[in-house]
Amino acid sequence: MEDVEETLRALLLLALAGDNGAYVAFLTQSGAHLRAYFRRRLMTSPNEVEDLVQETLLALHNRRHTYQTTQRLTPWLYAIARYKLVDLLRAQSPRRRVEVSLDDDDASELLPADVSPAESRRDLLKLLETLPDRHRLPIVLVKLEGRSVAEAAAATGMSEAAIKVGIHRGLKKLAAEASKRR
Amino acid sequence: MKTDALIAMLARGNAGVAPHAVERRLGATVAVGLALTLLAVLATLRPRADIAAAAQLPMFWWKLAVPLVLVVLSFAAARRLACPGQRAGPAAAIGAALLALLWAVAGADVASSPAASRPGLVLGHTALPCVVLIALLALPVLAALFVALRSLAPTRLPAAGAAAGALAGGIAAAAYAVHCNEMALPFVAVWYVLGMAIPAGLGALLAPRWLRWS
Repeated sequence: MEDVEETLRALLLLALAGDNGAYVAFLTQSGAHLRAYFRRRLMTSPNEVEDLVQETLLALHNRRHTYQTTQRLTPWLYAIARYKLVDLLRAQSPRRRVEVSLDDDDASELLPADVSPAESRRDLLKLLETLPDRHRLPIVLVKLEGRSVAEAAAATGMSEAAIKVGIHRGLKKLAAEASKRR
Repeated sequence: MKTDALIAMLARGNAGVAPHAVERRLGATVAVGLALTLLAVLATLRPRADIAAAAQLPMFWWKLAVPLVLVVLSFAAARRLACPGQRAGPAAAIGAALLALLWAVAGADVASSPAASRPGLVLGHTALPCVVLIALLALPVLAALFVALRSLAPTRLPAAGAAAGALAGGIAAAAYAVHCNEMALPFVAVWYVLGMAIPAGLGALLAPRWLRWS
């Protein structure tokens, strides 16, 4: 499992330096490991798995600045996965206090990757439509349609800085809405 | 939306981030918090009247050093706890050892003093305002640190909240020390420590609700 650590870490370091191809590979491989991790822990609600994978990928993206480059990668990744899992379990049973040990080193039982995604139940695209224009338009133009920040600024009349802020805040807002609407 | 489409969306555009984002975010909050808290003390409580003379005495600086050491240690812990997968680190153990040392030195100070002066060394004249004002001054800084932490990714929420509270308490106590007339180490060892412990405890209590991020 050391090679998973090495591979993912190398990919993320490239991505953080601006290599988008490496970032796609990092998210895809992380997603496969997350899917295996959640499938094993959500035996009773398998249809939540893909939603949680997507939510965690969104969290990895929104919080990628908290990865310290000297740190091991898998503990960082699984700490976020566990945090998201606890969030879901709490939402499922708000009265019962969910106890998920924070001390078990989940990374040590890294599962084989699971590359067969299920259908997600929640559609993030639909959720995106509920965001206000200042968040939604920058995400649609730049992140979905692949236009440049300058083009998006020209198309919307927003400044380039506002486009960048809109993407950043909008993705955080999308994550917040996703975890609210379970 | 399929997961592959989400991944393509997230990766499109520039994924790069500037390094040391965590240190910069927390460091800026601490710098602004310290400056504003000091300004608040200078403007409302006023510096002690004899500050020029007091600054000649080592005790004036010890009283500043105790909270500033806490600021350094709790900053180190908060920085680590802001990142998923990290624990508080050595700062917690060092802090506990230094607190034990502070209490040992203060205890020795009391024990070696004449019996009649002992209560005065510990109780001073301003114990209550000291505790209350340090705790109150810490509150805005604690709120600002919570906002900063929520933009990062703490996963051990009570520990992160306690570190933020200790950091806020240290900043508040350091600023308050400029106003405070007390010049006995046992006083600092009891009332300053209590004043700083209150925001730390409050931070741990509020964290599960207010440090949640998604």
